[in-house]
Amino acid sequence: MTVMSPQPVTTDPAINPRRRVYRPNTKYIPILATLALLLVMYLGGLVNYENFDQPSVVVNLFRDNAVLLAVAVGMTFVILTGGIDLSVGAVISLTTTLTATLLQGGWPPLLVLPLVLILGALLGAGMGAVIHYFRVEPFIATLAGLFLARGLALFINQESIPIRDELWTTLSDMRIPLGETTKTTLTAIVALVAVLIAAAVLAWTRFGRNVYAIGGSADSALLMGLPVARTRIAVYTISGFCAALGGVLYTINSTSGHALQGTGTELDAIASCVIGGVLLTGGAGYVFGSLLGVMVFGLITTIINFQGDLNAAWTRIVVGVLLFGFIVLQRLVTRRTR
Amino acid sequence: MGEPATDPVLEMTGIRKVFPGVVALDGVDFRLYPGEVHALMGENGAGKSTLIKVLTGVYEIDGGDIRLGGEQVRIAGPLAAQKAGISTVYQEVNLCTNLTVAENIFIGREPRAFGKIRWGVMRKRAAELLKRLDLDLDVSAPLSTYSLAIQQMVAIARAVDISARVLILDEPTSSLDASEVEQLFRVMRRLKDDGVAILFVSHFLDQIYEISDRLTVLRNGQLIGEYRTAELPQVQLVEKMIGKELATLESLEDKAQRSRTRSATAAPILQAKGIGRTGAIAPFDLTIHEGEVVGLAGLLGSGRTELARLLFGADKADQGELSIDGKPVTLRDPQMAMKRGIAFSSENRRTEGIIGDLSVRENIILALQAARGWTRPIPRRKQDEIVDKYVKALSIRPADPERPVRNLSGGNQQKVLLARWLITEPRLLIIDEPTRGIDVGAKAEIQKLVAELSDGGMAVLFVSAELEEVLRLSHKIAVLRDRRLVEELDNTAGVDADRIMQTIASGATS
Ligand SMILES: Nc1ncnc2c1ncn2[C@@H]1O[C@H](COP(=O)(O)OP(=O)(O)O)[C@@H](O)[C@H]1O
Ligand SMILES: [Mg+2]
Repeated sequence: MTVMSPQPVTTDPAINPRRRVYRPNTKYIPILATLALLLVMYLGGLVNYENFDQPSVVVNLFRDNAVLLAVAVGMTFVILTGGIDLSVGAVISLTTTLTATLLQGGWPPLLVLPLVLILGALLGAGMGAVIHYFRVEPFIATLAGLFLARGLALFINQESIPIRDELWTTLSDMRIPLGETTKTTLTAIVALVAVLIAAAVLAWTRFGRNVYAIGGSADSALLMGLPVARTRIAVYTISGFCAALGGVLYTINSTSGHALQGTGTELDAIASCVIGGVLLTGGAGYVFGSLLGVMVFGLITTIINFQGDLNAAWTRIVVGVLLFGFIVLQRLVTRRTR
Repeated sequence: MGEPATDPVLEMTGIRKVFPGVVALDGVDFRLYPGEVHALMGENGAGKSTLIKVLTGVYEIDGGDIRLGGEQVRIAGPLAAQKAGISTVYQEVNLCTNLTVAENIFIGREPRAFGKIRWGVMRKRAAELLKRLDLDLDVSAPLSTYSLAIQQMVAIARAVDISARVLILDEPTSSLDASEVEQLFRVMRRLKDDGVAILFVSHFLDQIYEISDRLTVLRNGQLIGEYRTAELPQVQLVEKMIGKELATLESLEDKAQRSRTRSATAAPILQAKGIGRTGAIAPFDLTIHEGEVVGLAGLLGSGRTELARLLFGADKADQGELSIDGKPVTLRDPQMAMKRGIAFSSENRRTEGIIGDLSVRENIILALQAARGWTRPIPRRKQDEIVDKYVKALSIRPADPERPVRNLSGGNQQKVLLARWLITEPRLLIIDEPTRGIDVGAKAEIQKLVAELSDGGMAVLFVSAELEEVLRLSHKIAVLRDRRLVEELDNTAGVDADRIMQTIASGATS
């Protein structure tokens, strides 16, 4: 018999199979990358443009992107379960048209507000139920939802509808002071509160953890006795609600409603989540990541505005490039953890 | 047939479950008493997993009734089963690998205060629980960072902690090593003493005789009988499971035995010199000849799979030289290996080989089609011909090539995977744990097949945790320990399991 290894056999702990092989905290890498990107972009702005150091530059990011942020919060829940919600842009448009029309018709604003939010949630719940019980691909079910909601909005009114309701105009004009010189809008605050609530729910509640479990493996979640049906329907409900909330925020910002408002917002929201490190296949990511993703979006637009001579199309181009970058990054990270 | 004095905690009568085209369970009775370990026995596809899934509400029954503690129940789903005191480890590990170890144990039952999960408490309890199973894990690490065996132990920890009246373990030991199995048995005995009723499925007969009090045998979805383990000799048990006389099996073994004695004077196909990969396997030398069966022996995690993956180009070697047919090559990916006539049938059929939604035929044709290139589709008639041949040769059941592979039992999926590689007519076939988790009958069939292939001139690298099997089939045995090839020996008369165990236990003997 031949002895293959002349060296004495050692039990090197580094290659002891009973221990895990390798583990940096890979789950934070995507979100840290986004954060680094934001900082680089911000520093670039500081170096290149005058007045970029004003606090308002950062604060206005939230003002200008409140709608997108609200939608991205809901989208995060859906993507974490491994699903997708294409209907959110259309739900925004339906919400804005319906709100403006009802207010114009003299309905009490305190009735209109909950009404449209509930409608958004119900639409989401409906799609969730179809997805779960009839095993329809989320892509298809929410695409149908998109057509339905957009169609309804166009059916109600194809024109822009002004809002003159007193509550709405007051809310629109409301400024919340932050420190001495800067102020922000109510809509920005609402969107940020939504982020905080979502983060708490995802990190600290059973529902939140079930969302991650389903994204990891829906089959396993079911066998572990988790309420898969309820959770899956709930995430689409939340997404619908957040989209309706985004619609309401839009009507407050612009004191008007329009059936074509929100076109393409679903794609911006998905892109924000992905740039923020939420894994499209589900099960990994944070709502704070989506927040950072939205800020990246906003900052690109801001820089283009500061530059002055650039076409707004550059926003899309840069986002496209970033998306590629982040998807590749996620691949690398997930491959390494396996 | 000899039942304990108490009333059964679980009684299933006349259970019937039909899948499109298969009667998976046909009027099966099953009783489980408090404080017993009851083994559910049967070949692959006998209906064991189905019976368990019926019991835990994953499937609805088409007939019969289930009584828990004397009362008739209808179990609506896994959640309801859990609430009724039935906790289960399913055959395939069913956890969420993206979550932490602690979460996988506690999800759905997290300790909370005012609706908020108490992460600290949860982690502490998880660590304590695992300690009792002699596992020292980082409970806040994602489960995906641990091996399949550890994941299985975590699943068991979860099931055990859901303090249940009935604990179901569907083939929990197929990926565990000996000490882990011992650990599991200790826990099972303790639970049994506490009055928990345990339903246990395993293909390792020794384990069945060590741990179980009674057993129920199923065959083709039908109840064969309920026995006291101690009163049923192993041979009879096997006969009841496979429904034929054991003599048939033994003749297969003789056949394999004979092939072992063939001498390997043939030309070398593959030569590895100092091939290795840091962190996976230390540099080793290995030569495989035409028609030679080389067995890889070693404990779980000793580097068997890692070695095999290097030879197939699935992982890239970071040192050493490899030559195939005397020509040096660097295998950058599996395609390169496949072009040179090497095939690899993976141990992890679920994640690495089988595509559940495709039919048996499509799964079998896959590798051949890939080798021909996708621009030259294999004619359907040719496909049917090839597939029929292998479905027959490997006795894949049910013998319906159009059935989605997902619906086959584990052992039959393994055979499909094997068939897929065989039809590419490789010159060197690497099979990693082909017989894990499959029943004796199928096991013998696969062993016989390996022997025949080698008679026909195919070289086989045979990776298995079961020494008996390695000894029976191999011309040459390479022993691994702690990710190092410690010894290579010709399988001559003096070589037996003890001899190899000694090497595994102590390293090279020279
Ligand atoms: N989901 C399913 N759909 C269709 N057939 C199935 C399904 N699950 C199992 N079967 C079939 O039922 C029979 C019993 O399978 P199973 O209970 O998994 O066997 P065992 O666990 O005893 O190996 C097999 O013929 C298998 O192909
Ligand atoms: Mg089974």
